[in-house]
Amino acid sequence: MTELFGFWWEWLPTLLSGLQLSLAVTAVALLFGIPLGLILALGVQSKRAVWHVLSLFIIETGRGAPALILLQFTYFGLPSAGIALSSFVSASLALAWCTGAYTSEIIRAGLDAVPHGQKEAAAAIGLTDWDALYFVILPLALRVSVPPLFGFAILMLQASSLCFAIALPELVSQAYVIGSNTFQYMQILLLAGLLYAVICIPATIAVAALEARLGRHTD
Amino acid sequence: MMLEILQSIASGIPLSIALTIVAFVSGAVLGMPLCGMRASNAQPVRVLSGALVLTLRSIPPIVWLFFIFFGLGADFIQISPFEAAALGLGLITAANMAEIYRGALTAIHPGQWEAAAALNLPPLYRFVDVIGPQLFRIALPSGATYAIGLLKDTAIASTIGVPEIAFEAYHTSQRTFHSLDVYAVAGLFYILISLSLAALTRWADVKLRARVAR
Repeated sequence: MTELFGFWWEWLPTLLSGLQLSLAVTAVALLFGIPLGLILALGVQSKRAVWHVLSLFIIETGRGAPALILLQFTYFGLPSAGIALSSFVSASLALAWCTGAYTSEIIRAGLDAVPHGQKEAAAAIGLTDWDALYFVILPLALRVSVPPLFGFAILMLQASSLCFAIALPELVSQAYVIGSNTFQYMQILLLAGLLYAVICIPATIAVAALEARLGRHTD
Repeated sequence: MMLEILQSIASGIPLSIALTIVAFVSGAVLGMPLCGMRASNAQPVRVLSGALVLTLRSIPPIVWLFFIFFGLGADFIQISPFEAAALGLGLITAANMAEIYRGALTAIHPGQWEAAAALNLPPLYRFVDVIGPQLFRIALPSGATYAIGLLKDTAIASTIGVPEIAFEAYHTSQRTFHSLDVYAVAGLFYILISLSLAALTRWADVKLRARVAR
Protein backbone atom coordinates (compact mmCIF):
# COMPACT_ATOMS: atom_id res chain seq x y z
CA MET A 1 0.00 0.00 0.00
CA THR A 2 2.78 2.47 0.92
CA GLU A 3 4.45 1.46 -2.33
CA LEU A 4 1.30 2.51 -4.23
CA PHE A 5 1.07 5.85 -2.44
CA GLY A 6 4.78 6.47 -3.05
CA PHE A 7 4.24 5.79 -6.75
CA TRP A 8 1.20 8.08 -6.81
CA TRP A 9 3.08 10.84 -4.95
CA GLU A 10 5.90 10.64 -7.48
CA TRP A 11 3.64 11.06 -10.52
CA LEU A 12 0.85 13.22 -9.11
CA PRO A 13 2.43 16.53 -10.29
CA THR A 14 2.62 15.21 -13.87
CA LEU A 15 -1.01 14.10 -13.77
CA LEU A 16 -2.08 17.42 -12.26
CA SER A 17 -0.41 19.32 -15.09
CA GLY A 18 -2.40 17.07 -17.45
CA LEU A 19 -5.58 17.77 -15.50
CA GLN A 20 -4.89 21.48 -15.82
CA LEU A 21 -4.81 21.10 -19.59
CA SER A 22 -8.03 19.01 -19.52
CA LEU A 23 -9.75 21.78 -17.56
CA ALA A 24 -8.34 24.46 -19.88
CA VAL A 25 -9.56 22.77 -23.05
CA THR A 26 -12.97 22.12 -21.43
CA ALA A 27 -13.23 25.78 -20.38
CA VAL A 28 -12.34 27.07 -23.85
CA ALA A 29 -14.80 24.65 -25.47
CA LEU A 30 -17.61 25.82 -23.16
CA LEU A 31 -16.67 29.49 -23.51
CA PHE A 32 -17.05 29.34 -27.28
CA GLY A 33 -19.50 26.44 -27.49
CA ILE A 34 -22.32 27.77 -25.30
CA PRO A 35 -22.65 31.11 -27.16
CA LEU A 36 -22.51 29.05 -30.36
CA GLY A 37 -25.31 26.91 -28.93
CA LEU A 38 -27.39 30.05 -28.34
CA ILE A 39 -26.77 31.26 -31.90
CA LEU A 40 -27.67 27.82 -33.27
CA ALA A 41 -30.84 27.64 -31.15
CA LEU A 42 -31.94 31.02 -32.54
CA GLY A 43 -30.74 30.05 -36.03
CA VAL A 44 -32.91 26.93 -36.13
CA GLN A 45 -35.97 29.03 -35.28
CA SER A 46 -35.04 31.59 -37.93
CA LYS A 47 -37.47 32.12 -40.81
CA ARG A 48 -34.57 32.64 -43.23
CA ALA A 49 -34.02 29.28 -44.90
CA VAL A 50 -30.22 29.75 -45.12
CA TRP A 51 -29.82 30.22 -41.36
CA HIS A 52 -32.24 27.44 -40.58
CA VAL A 53 -30.48 24.89 -42.80
CA LEU A 54 -26.97 25.96 -41.80
CA SER A 55 -27.78 25.77 -38.06
CA LEU A 56 -29.47 22.43 -38.50
CA PHE A 57 -26.44 21.09 -40.37
CA ILE A 58 -23.99 22.17 -37.65
CA ILE A 59 -26.24 20.75 -34.92
CA GLU A 60 -26.89 17.41 -36.60
CA THR A 61 -23.25 16.79 -37.50
CA GLY A 62 -22.05 17.89 -34.06
CA ARG A 63 -24.51 15.59 -32.30
CA GLY A 64 -24.55 12.77 -34.81
CA ALA A 65 -20.83 12.13 -35.20
CA PRO A 66 -18.86 10.85 -32.19
CA ALA A 67 -16.73 13.51 -30.45
CA LEU A 68 -13.68 11.37 -31.25
CA ILE A 69 -14.40 11.66 -34.99
CA LEU A 70 -14.87 15.45 -34.68
CA LEU A 71 -11.51 15.68 -32.93
CA GLN A 72 -9.74 13.63 -35.57
CA PHE A 73 -11.55 15.54 -38.32
CA THR A 74 -10.18 18.87 -37.06
CA TYR A 75 -6.71 17.55 -36.21
CA PHE A 76 -5.95 15.07 -39.02
CA GLY A 77 -8.56 16.15 -41.57
CA LEU A 78 -8.29 19.93 -41.80
CA PRO A 79 -4.54 19.90 -42.63
CA SER A 80 -5.32 18.07 -45.88
CA ALA A 81 -7.52 21.09 -46.73
CA GLY A 82 -4.56 23.37 -45.96
CA ILE A 83 -5.58 24.32 -42.41
CA ALA A 84 -3.08 22.96 -39.88
CA LEU A 85 -4.00 23.58 -36.25
CA SER A 86 -2.17 22.75 -33.04
CA SER A 87 -3.68 19.92 -31.00
CA PHE A 88 -5.00 22.41 -28.41
CA VAL A 89 -6.71 24.59 -31.02
CA SER A 90 -8.21 21.66 -32.91
CA ALA A 91 -9.37 20.08 -29.63
CA SER A 92 -11.03 23.37 -28.62
CA LEU A 93 -12.62 23.72 -32.05
CA ALA A 94 -13.98 20.16 -32.12
CA LEU A 95 -15.28 20.23 -28.55
CA ALA A 96 -16.81 23.71 -29.07
CA TRP A 97 -18.61 22.31 -32.13
CA CYS A 98 -19.87 19.41 -30.06
CA THR A 99 -20.83 21.76 -27.19
CA GLY A 100 -22.65 24.13 -29.54
CA ALA A 101 -24.64 21.27 -31.05
CA TYR A 102 -25.73 19.77 -27.73
CA THR A 103 -26.30 23.03 -25.83
CA SER A 104 -28.42 24.42 -28.68
CA GLU A 105 -30.98 21.73 -27.77
CA ILE A 106 -30.75 22.62 -24.07
CA ILE A 107 -31.16 26.34 -24.79
CA ARG A 108 -33.97 25.70 -27.27
CA ALA A 109 -35.84 23.79 -24.56
CA GLY A 110 -35.34 26.83 -22.29
CA LEU A 111 -36.64 29.20 -24.98
CA ASP A 112 -39.67 26.96 -25.54
CA ALA A 113 -40.39 27.01 -21.80
CA VAL A 114 -40.93 30.80 -21.83
CA PRO A 115 -44.69 31.45 -21.96
CA HIS A 116 -45.84 32.99 -25.22
CA GLY A 117 -47.50 35.86 -23.34
CA GLN A 118 -44.08 37.20 -22.40
CA LYS A 119 -43.22 37.72 -26.05
CA GLU A 120 -46.56 39.37 -26.73
CA ALA A 121 -46.20 41.61 -23.69
CA ALA A 122 -42.71 42.65 -24.82
CA ALA A 123 -44.08 43.49 -28.28
CA ALA A 124 -47.03 45.33 -26.73
CA ILE A 125 -44.78 47.72 -24.80
CA GLY A 126 -42.88 48.40 -28.01
CA LEU A 127 -39.60 46.55 -27.41
CA THR A 128 -37.64 45.69 -30.53
CA ASP A 129 -37.14 41.96 -31.23
CA TRP A 130 -33.56 42.24 -30.02
CA ASP A 131 -34.48 44.02 -26.77
CA ALA A 132 -37.31 41.60 -26.14
CA LEU A 133 -34.87 38.72 -26.52
CA TYR A 134 -32.16 40.31 -24.40
CA PHE A 135 -34.23 41.78 -21.55
CA VAL A 136 -37.23 39.47 -21.39
CA ILE A 137 -36.91 36.09 -23.12
CA LEU A 138 -33.27 35.13 -22.48
CA PRO A 139 -33.21 35.82 -18.72
CA LEU A 140 -36.27 33.59 -18.33
CA ALA A 141 -35.04 30.92 -20.76
CA LEU A 142 -31.52 30.66 -19.34
CA ARG A 143 -32.88 30.10 -15.84
CA VAL A 144 -34.45 26.89 -17.13
CA SER A 145 -31.30 25.96 -19.06
CA VAL A 146 -28.70 26.50 -16.36
CA PRO A 147 -28.87 23.14 -14.50
CA PRO A 148 -28.67 21.04 -17.68
CA LEU A 149 -25.86 23.29 -18.94
CA PHE A 150 -23.87 22.55 -15.78
CA GLY A 151 -24.61 18.86 -16.27
CA PHE A 152 -23.31 19.15 -19.81
CA ALA A 153 -20.14 20.89 -18.59
CA ILE A 154 -19.36 17.80 -16.49
CA LEU A 155 -19.82 15.57 -19.54
CA MET A 156 -17.53 17.88 -21.51
CA LEU A 157 -14.72 17.49 -18.97
CA GLN A 158 -15.09 13.74 -19.44
CA ALA A 159 -15.15 14.14 -23.23
CA SER A 160 -11.89 16.11 -23.08
CA SER A 161 -10.24 12.76 -22.23
CA LEU A 162 -10.74 11.86 -25.92
CA CYS A 163 -8.05 14.40 -26.81
CA PHE A 164 -5.73 11.49 -26.05
CA ALA A 165 -6.36 10.46 -29.65
CA ILE A 166 -4.93 13.71 -31.05
CA ALA A 167 -1.81 13.77 -28.86
CA LEU A 168 -2.88 16.59 -26.56
CA PRO A 169 -0.96 15.95 -23.30
CA GLU A 170 -4.04 16.08 -21.06
CA LEU A 171 -4.78 13.84 -18.06
CA VAL A 172 -5.37 10.53 -19.89
CA SER A 173 -2.41 11.05 -22.25
CA GLN A 174 -0.12 11.75 -19.30
CA ALA A 175 -1.38 8.67 -17.47
CA TYR A 176 -0.87 6.55 -20.59
CA VAL A 177 2.70 7.78 -21.09
CA ILE A 178 3.57 7.15 -17.45
CA GLY A 179 1.97 3.71 -17.73
CA SER A 180 3.99 2.78 -20.80
CA ASN A 181 7.23 3.98 -19.16
CA THR A 182 6.76 2.30 -15.79
CA PHE A 183 4.51 -0.63 -16.86
CA GLN A 184 2.30 0.24 -13.90
CA TYR A 185 -0.77 0.97 -16.02
CA MET A 186 -3.22 -0.08 -13.38
CA GLN A 187 -1.84 2.09 -10.59
CA ILE A 188 -1.55 5.24 -12.69
CA LEU A 189 -4.94 4.80 -14.40
CA LEU A 190 -6.49 4.31 -10.98
CA LEU A 191 -5.08 7.68 -9.92
CA ALA A 192 -6.28 9.32 -13.16
CA GLY A 193 -9.76 7.87 -12.56
CA LEU A 194 -9.71 9.16 -8.98
CA LEU A 195 -8.86 12.66 -10.19
CA TYR A 196 -11.85 12.65 -12.55
CA ALA A 197 -14.06 11.22 -9.80
CA VAL A 198 -12.94 13.84 -7.28
CA ILE A 199 -14.17 16.57 -9.62
CA CYS A 200 -17.16 14.92 -11.29
CA ILE A 201 -18.86 13.21 -8.32
CA PRO A 202 -19.28 16.35 -6.16
CA ALA A 203 -20.19 18.34 -9.28
CA THR A 204 -22.89 15.80 -10.24
CA ILE A 205 -24.34 15.90 -6.73
CA ALA A 206 -24.28 19.73 -6.77
CA VAL A 207 -26.08 19.87 -10.13
CA ALA A 208 -28.75 17.45 -8.88
CA ALA A 209 -29.24 19.65 -5.79
CA LEU A 210 -29.46 22.78 -7.95
CA GLU A 211 -32.01 21.08 -10.19
CA ALA A 212 -34.13 20.08 -7.21
CA ARG A 213 -33.92 23.61 -5.79
CA LEU A 214 -34.91 25.36 -9.01
CA GLY A 215 -37.61 22.80 -9.72
CA ARG A 216 -39.14 23.35 -6.28
CA HIS A 217 -41.73 25.87 -7.44
CA THR A 218 -42.68 24.33 -10.75
CA ASP A 219 -44.30 21.13 -9.51
CA MET B 1 -10.26 6.35 -54.61
CA MET B 2 -13.49 7.37 -52.93
CA LEU B 3 -14.81 3.85 -53.37
CA GLU B 4 -11.74 2.41 -51.66
CA ILE B 5 -12.17 4.84 -48.75
CA LEU B 6 -15.84 3.94 -48.44
CA GLN B 7 -15.10 0.21 -48.51
CA SER B 8 -12.32 0.24 -45.97
CA ILE B 9 -14.28 2.37 -43.47
CA ALA B 10 -17.45 0.35 -44.04
CA SER B 11 -15.51 -2.79 -43.05
CA GLY B 12 -15.62 -1.44 -39.48
CA ILE B 13 -19.42 -1.15 -39.38
CA PRO B 14 -20.16 -4.75 -38.22
CA LEU B 15 -17.86 -4.45 -35.20
CA SER B 16 -19.26 -1.03 -34.23
CA ILE B 17 -22.77 -2.47 -34.29
CA ALA B 18 -21.72 -5.71 -32.55
CA LEU B 19 -19.98 -3.80 -29.77
CA THR B 20 -23.01 -1.52 -29.32
CA ILE B 21 -25.34 -4.53 -29.08
CA VAL B 22 -23.16 -6.57 -26.69
CA ALA B 23 -22.53 -3.57 -24.40
CA PHE B 24 -26.15 -2.45 -24.48
CA VAL B 25 -27.67 -5.87 -23.83
CA SER B 26 -25.30 -6.68 -20.97
CA GLY B 27 -25.80 -3.19 -19.53
CA ALA B 28 -29.59 -3.37 -19.84
CA VAL B 29 -29.59 -6.72 -17.98
CA LEU B 30 -27.06 -5.70 -15.29
CA GLY B 31 -28.90 -2.41 -14.82
CA MET B 32 -31.96 -4.22 -13.44
CA PRO B 33 -30.41 -5.63 -10.23
CA LEU B 34 -28.54 -2.34 -9.84
CA CYS B 35 -31.81 -0.43 -10.03
CA GLY B 36 -33.34 -2.91 -7.57
CA MET B 37 -30.49 -2.28 -5.16
CA ARG B 38 -30.98 1.48 -5.42
CA ALA B 39 -34.62 1.00 -4.42
CA SER B 40 -33.73 -1.39 -1.57
CA ASN B 41 -35.01 -0.90 1.98
CA ALA B 42 -31.57 -1.63 3.44
CA GLN B 43 -29.60 1.59 3.62
CA PRO B 44 -26.09 0.09 3.11
CA VAL B 45 -27.23 -1.56 -0.13
CA ARG B 46 -28.80 1.70 -1.28
CA VAL B 47 -25.70 3.79 -0.51
CA LEU B 48 -23.33 1.25 -2.04
CA SER B 49 -25.28 0.94 -5.30
CA GLY B 50 -25.71 4.72 -5.48
CA ALA B 51 -21.95 5.19 -5.10
CA LEU B 52 -21.31 2.54 -7.75
CA VAL B 53 -23.61 4.26 -10.26
CA LEU B 54 -22.04 7.65 -9.54
CA THR B 55 -18.48 6.30 -9.91
CA LEU B 56 -19.23 4.48 -13.17
CA ARG B 57 -20.75 7.64 -14.62
CA SER B 58 -18.12 10.07 -13.33
CA ILE B 59 -15.00 8.51 -14.80
CA PRO B 60 -14.63 8.92 -18.60
CA PRO B 61 -15.16 5.74 -20.69
CA ILE B 62 -11.63 5.91 -22.10
CA VAL B 63 -10.21 5.61 -18.56
CA TRP B 64 -12.37 2.53 -17.89
CA LEU B 65 -11.31 0.93 -21.18
CA PHE B 66 -7.61 1.61 -20.54
CA PHE B 67 -7.94 0.42 -16.96
CA ILE B 68 -9.51 -2.85 -18.08
CA PHE B 69 -7.35 -3.43 -21.16
CA PHE B 70 -3.92 -2.18 -20.05
CA GLY B 71 -4.37 -2.45 -16.26
CA LEU B 72 -6.27 -5.70 -15.68
CA GLY B 73 -5.20 -7.07 -19.06
CA ALA B 74 -1.47 -6.69 -18.38
CA ASP B 75 -1.33 -8.03 -14.85
CA PHE B 76 -4.24 -10.32 -14.16
CA ILE B 77 -6.38 -11.67 -16.95
CA GLN B 78 -6.06 -12.37 -20.65
CA ILE B 79 -8.53 -10.08 -22.36
CA SER B 80 -9.00 -9.14 -26.02
CA PRO B 81 -9.61 -5.52 -27.06
CA PHE B 82 -13.22 -6.32 -27.99
CA GLU B 83 -13.90 -8.03 -24.66
CA ALA B 84 -12.32 -5.16 -22.73
CA ALA B 85 -14.39 -2.60 -24.64
CA ALA B 86 -17.60 -4.63 -24.20
CA LEU B 87 -16.93 -5.04 -20.47
CA GLY B 88 -16.12 -1.36 -19.89
CA LEU B 89 -18.96 0.05 -21.96
CA GLY B 90 -21.32 -2.61 -20.57
CA LEU B 91 -20.60 -1.53 -16.98
CA ILE B 92 -21.12 2.16 -17.83
CA THR B 93 -24.34 1.24 -19.63
CA ALA B 94 -25.52 -0.71 -16.57
CA ALA B 95 -25.15 2.42 -14.41
CA ASN B 96 -27.01 4.59 -16.93
CA MET B 97 -29.74 2.02 -17.55
CA ALA B 98 -30.25 1.66 -13.78
CA GLU B 99 -31.01 5.40 -13.68
CA ILE B 100 -33.37 5.10 -16.66
CA TYR B 101 -35.23 2.19 -14.99
CA ARG B 102 -35.43 4.18 -11.77
CA GLY B 103 -37.01 7.08 -13.63
CA ALA B 104 -39.44 4.71 -15.35
CA LEU B 105 -40.41 3.06 -12.03
CA THR B 106 -41.55 6.40 -10.60
CA ALA B 107 -43.80 6.83 -13.65
CA ILE B 108 -45.73 3.63 -12.88
CA HIS B 109 -48.87 4.28 -10.85
CA PRO B 110 -48.57 2.93 -7.27
CA GLY B 111 -52.01 1.37 -7.78
CA GLN B 112 -50.39 -1.14 -10.13
CA TRP B 113 -48.22 -2.52 -7.31
CA GLU B 114 -51.18 -2.53 -4.92
CA ALA B 115 -53.45 -4.25 -7.43
CA ALA B 116 -50.82 -6.91 -8.15
CA ALA B 117 -50.42 -7.48 -4.40
CA ALA B 118 -54.19 -7.55 -3.91
CA LEU B 119 -54.48 -10.27 -6.54
CA ASN B 120 -51.97 -12.21 -4.43
CA LEU B 121 -49.54 -12.61 -7.33
CA PRO B 122 -46.17 -13.99 -6.20
CA PRO B 123 -43.48 -11.23 -6.22
CA LEU B 124 -41.78 -12.63 -9.35
CA TYR B 125 -45.02 -12.54 -11.36
CA ARG B 126 -45.88 -9.09 -10.05
CA PHE B 127 -42.79 -7.96 -11.84
CA VAL B 128 -42.90 -10.19 -14.91
CA ASP B 129 -46.61 -9.81 -15.72
CA VAL B 130 -47.61 -6.43 -14.31
CA ILE B 131 -44.73 -4.02 -13.69
CA GLY B 132 -42.17 -5.31 -16.21
CA PRO B 133 -44.15 -4.74 -19.42
CA GLN B 134 -45.10 -1.20 -18.38
CA LEU B 135 -41.53 -0.47 -17.31
CA PHE B 136 -40.22 -1.67 -20.66
CA ARG B 137 -42.59 0.57 -22.58
CA ILE B 138 -41.76 3.66 -20.50
CA ALA B 139 -38.00 3.04 -20.54
CA LEU B 140 -37.86 2.33 -24.30
CA PRO B 141 -37.45 5.91 -25.63
CA SER B 142 -34.76 6.91 -23.09
CA GLY B 143 -33.08 3.53 -23.50
CA ALA B 144 -32.97 4.02 -27.26
CA THR B 145 -31.54 7.53 -26.89
CA TYR B 146 -28.89 6.05 -24.67
CA ALA B 147 -28.15 3.28 -27.18
CA ILE B 148 -27.55 5.88 -29.89
CA GLY B 149 -25.14 7.69 -27.55
CA LEU B 150 -23.49 4.33 -26.83
CA LEU B 151 -22.97 3.71 -30.56
CA LYS B 152 -20.96 6.94 -30.66
CA ASP B 153 -19.06 5.94 -27.51
CA THR B 154 -17.95 2.71 -29.21
CA ALA B 155 -15.62 4.93 -31.29
CA ILE B 156 -13.51 5.07 -28.11
CA ALA B 157 -12.78 1.34 -28.52
CA SER B 158 -10.55 2.30 -31.47
CA THR B 159 -8.00 3.58 -28.93
CA ILE B 160 -7.44 0.04 -27.63
CA GLY B 161 -7.40 -1.45 -31.12
CA VAL B 162 -10.90 -2.76 -31.82
CA PRO B 163 -11.12 -2.55 -35.63
CA GLU B 164 -14.47 -0.69 -35.78
CA ILE B 165 -15.39 2.41 -37.82
CA ALA B 166 -13.14 4.96 -36.05
CA PHE B 167 -10.19 2.54 -36.10
CA GLU B 168 -10.59 1.84 -39.83
CA ALA B 169 -10.97 5.58 -40.45
CA TYR B 170 -7.70 6.33 -38.68
CA HIS B 171 -5.78 3.71 -40.62
CA THR B 172 -7.41 4.65 -43.93
CA SER B 173 -6.45 8.29 -43.38
CA GLN B 174 -2.86 7.30 -42.59
CA ARG B 175 -2.70 5.24 -45.76
CA THR B 176 -4.45 7.51 -48.27
CA PHE B 177 -3.76 11.00 -46.86
CA HIS B 178 -7.35 11.95 -47.75
CA SER B 179 -8.05 12.60 -44.07
CA LEU B 180 -10.77 15.21 -44.59
CA ASP B 181 -12.92 12.89 -46.72
CA VAL B 182 -12.15 9.88 -44.55
CA TYR B 183 -13.39 11.45 -41.31
CA ALA B 184 -16.38 13.04 -43.06
CA VAL B 185 -17.35 9.58 -44.33
CA ALA B 186 -16.80 8.02 -40.89
CA GLY B 187 -19.00 10.69 -39.28
CA LEU B 188 -21.64 10.10 -41.94
CA PHE B 189 -21.68 6.35 -41.23
CA TYR B 190 -22.31 6.99 -37.53
CA ILE B 191 -25.10 9.45 -38.37
CA LEU B 192 -26.73 6.96 -40.77
CA ILE B 193 -26.64 4.12 -38.22
CA SER B 194 -28.05 6.45 -35.54
CA LEU B 195 -30.88 7.50 -37.85
CA SER B 196 -31.84 3.90 -38.62
CA LEU B 197 -31.73 3.05 -34.92
CA ALA B 198 -33.99 6.04 -34.18
CA ALA B 199 -36.44 4.99 -36.91
CA LEU B 200 -36.52 1.43 -35.55
CA THR B 201 -37.30 2.70 -32.05
CA ARG B 202 -40.09 4.98 -33.24
CA TRP B 203 -41.64 2.01 -35.03
CA ALA B 204 -41.35 -0.17 -31.90
CA ASP B 205 -42.79 2.62 -29.75
CA VAL B 206 -45.82 3.04 -32.03
CA LYS B 207 -46.42 -0.73 -32.04
CA LEU B 208 -46.20 -0.98 -28.25
CA ARG B 209 -48.48 2.02 -27.74
CA ALA B 210 -51.04 0.57 -30.14
CA ARG B 211 -51.14 -2.61 -28.07
CA VAL B 212 -51.81 -0.70 -24.86
CA ALA B 213 -54.45 1.56 -26.39
CA ARG B 214 -56.55 -1.42 -27.52
